[in-house]
Amino acid sequence: MIAMQGTGVSAGVASGPIRFYRRERAEVRRWTVEDPQAEVRRYQDAAAAAQEQLGALADKARAEAGDDAACLFETHQMMLEDLDYVAAITDMIEGESVNADYAVHQAGQQFAEMFSAMDDEYMRARSADVLDISSRLERILRGEESLGNSDSGPAIIAAEDLSPSETVQMDKSRILGFLLAGGHRNSHTAILARTLGIPAVIQLGEELKPELEGRTAILDGQTGQLVVDPDEATRSYLEDKQGKEREARRKLEELKGQPDVTQDGKSVRLYANISSPAILDAVISNDARGIGLFRSEFLYLENSDYPTEEQQFEAYKTVLQRMGTRQVVIRTLDIGADKKVDYFHLPHEENSALGMRAIRICLSRPEVFKTQLRALYRASAFGNLAIMFPMIASVWEIQEIKRICAAVRKELEREKIPFSESVELGIMVETPAAVIIADKLAKEVDFFSIGTNDLTQYTLAVDREGAPGLERFSDTHHLAVLRLIKMTMDAAHEAGIWAGICGELASDTSLTELFLAMGADELSVSARSVLPVRSVIRSLNTNRNREKLLKSLE
Amino acid sequence: MKTFTYTIQDPVGMHARPAGKLAKEAAQYQSVVTLLKGEKKADTRRLMALMGLGIKQGDTVTVQVEGPDEDTAAPAVEEYLSANKF
Repeated sequence: MIAMQGTGVSAGVASGPIRFYRRERAEVRRWTVEDPQAEVRRYQDAAAAAQEQLGALADKARAEAGDDAACLFETHQMMLEDLDYVAAITDMIEGESVNADYAVHQAGQQFAEMFSAMDDEYMRARSADVLDISSRLERILRGEESLGNSDSGPAIIAAEDLSPSETVQMDKSRILGFLLAGGHRNSHTAILARTLGIPAVIQLGEELKPELEGRTAILDGQTGQLVVDPDEATRSYLEDKQGKEREARRKLEELKGQPDVTQDGKSVRLYANISSPAILDAVISNDARGIGLFRSEFLYLENSDYPTEEQQFEAYKTVLQRMGTRQVVIRTLDIGADKKVDYFHLPHEENSALGMRAIRICLSRPEVFKTQLRALYRASAFGNLAIMFPMIASVWEIQEIKRICAAVRKELEREKIPFSESVELGIMVETPAAVIIADKLAKEVDFFSIGTNDLTQYTLAVDREGAPGLERFSDTHHLAVLRLIKMTMDAAHEAGIWAGICGELASDTSLTELFLAMGADELSVSARSVLPVRSVIRSLNTNRNREKLLKSLE
Repeated sequence: MKTFTYTIQDPVGMHARPAGKLAKEAAQYQSVVTLLKGEKKADTRRLMALMGLGIKQGDTVTVQVEGPDEDTAAPAVEEYLSANKF
C-alpha cells in the first residue's frame, strides 16, 4: 500500500485502476509491402473494426447523454467512410506499396492540415476529429487495445497536467477520477471536474510515477488522499465513505422543488452560473431558481468573427424561453486577460489582467457593445432578463453604459421592435475600487453581483493561475475579501437594491451561513452545487449566530 | 440534373453535425447531391470536403442533384434542408 497526499479539488471517492494519459503519439514507421492488395484489405478490415467501435460508442453515448452526444461518434463513422479520405489511403498503399499504418497516418495529417488552415475556429478544431479517427485506425492496425474500446473499462486518469481541451475531449463515461502531479485549484480543469462531479486530486508531485499504471487506487477528492494498492481496512473505510456520499446525493435529489428558505424563514434566491447554453439542462435538472451569471463570452469564443446581432439574439432568446419566468442575468462580453479572441486584435499587454478587458473593450468599441445590447434587449421580450456589466471601477463607466442602453432602447422603439420595459441593470463587483465606492454605484444600478474570483485576485494581488506555490498567498477566505463582500452588501441594502454573489465562493458551503448573515439576497453557484447549497440554506437559523459571525469580521 | 439554391440558416453553418445529417439524408437516393459555394464544390459523400467548403450562416449555396431519381430526390432534399433549418 502506498499513501500520498495531494490537494482535493473536486469532492467524491473514486476507486479503480490508474491509467496515465499519454499525449505523445506512437511513432509511425514506414515500410514497403510486397502485396499492396493484401495491405488494402488489412486497412479495410481495420476500418470495419473502427466502424464497429464507433457504433458501440454512439449507442452508449445515446443511452447516457442523448442524441447530440451520439452524433459526434456517428460523424466520426461518416468521416471514416469519406470517399476522399478512403481514396487518399488506398491510393497511397497501392501507388507507393507502403504499409497501411503509414498511409492512414499521412492521410490523417493531410486532412487535419486542410481543416487547421481554415479561417473558422470550429473547423480548425475539426482537425482533431480527423486525427482521432486516424489514430483509432492506427491503433487497430498495430493491434493495440483502443482507448475508446469498451474492453478498456473505466479508470482513474493520471497526468502531469491537463489542458481544458484535453479534459473536454476525454470520454467522460470512462473517467472515474483525476490525479494530477501539478495543476491548480482554480484552473479550468479543476472547475470542469467539479462541474462534471468527477473526483479529483491535484498537486501530487513526483510521487505520481508512471510505474503506477494499471494499479488499483482509491482517491478522496475532498481530503486530497490517494492510496495505491489499498489494504482491506483502507479500502473498506473509503468505500464506506463512497457509499455515504451516494446516499447523500440521493438525499440531495429529494431537495428538488423545495424552497430556499432557512429555518427562521429567510429566503434566498439560489441561482446557477452557466458559460454556454449546453449547460442549461444541468441548470434545470438541478432545479436552480434562475441564472445568476450567464457568461456571454461563448458566443465570441466559438466564432471566427464578431457574432451578428441575429446570432446573439437567437442564443439569448433560446435561454430566456427555456427559463420561462425565472430570471436570467446575462453578463455582457468579458474577454481580455486569460480569454483571448483573435479577431478582436487586442494589443499584447505585459499585464493583461490590468489591461484592455471586459467593459473597457465595450466602452472603447461602442459598435461591438451596441450590437450585443440590441440583441439582449430584443431577447428581453421572451423572458425575464437582467443585464450585468463586468469589471466596473468608476461611476462614469456605468453612467456611460446607461446612456448607451437608453440609446439602444430608443432605437428599438423607433424600429417598433418589442422589448421588455423591466430589464434590471446591474454590475459585477469585482474590483476593490467598486467596493470602496459601492454607495455611489448603488445609486446607479438595480443590483450588485460580487465576482469573488477576480475580487480576490485584485485585492490580494495574487494571480489565480500563477506560479506553483502561490496558493497559500491566495486565501479565498481572506479577511480582506470577506470584509469587502460585507461592505458591498451593506452599500446595496442602504440604497435599497439587491446584492448577490456569483463567484466560486458562492458554492463554498462553509461560508453560506456567513453570507446569509451579511444579508445576501442571491447566491449563484455551479449547477452541481445548487442542491448542496440548498441543503445548507434549509438547515440554517440565521438569527442564531449572526452577531458572532459578523463579529468575526472585525 | 436538377439545381436549386438554398440560403443557410443554421447559426453554426455547415458543421460536422449538419453535414453528417445531410449525408445520411442524401444517401437514401441514388442521385449524387453536390453543394457549390463560389468556385468550390463537394458532394455529400465527401463529408470532409463538404465541411471544407466553410459554408456559414447566410451563405447561399447551389445544390445539384444528378442521377436516375433526381426528379424525386431534388425536391425532397430541398424540403429536408428547410424543414430542418440547415
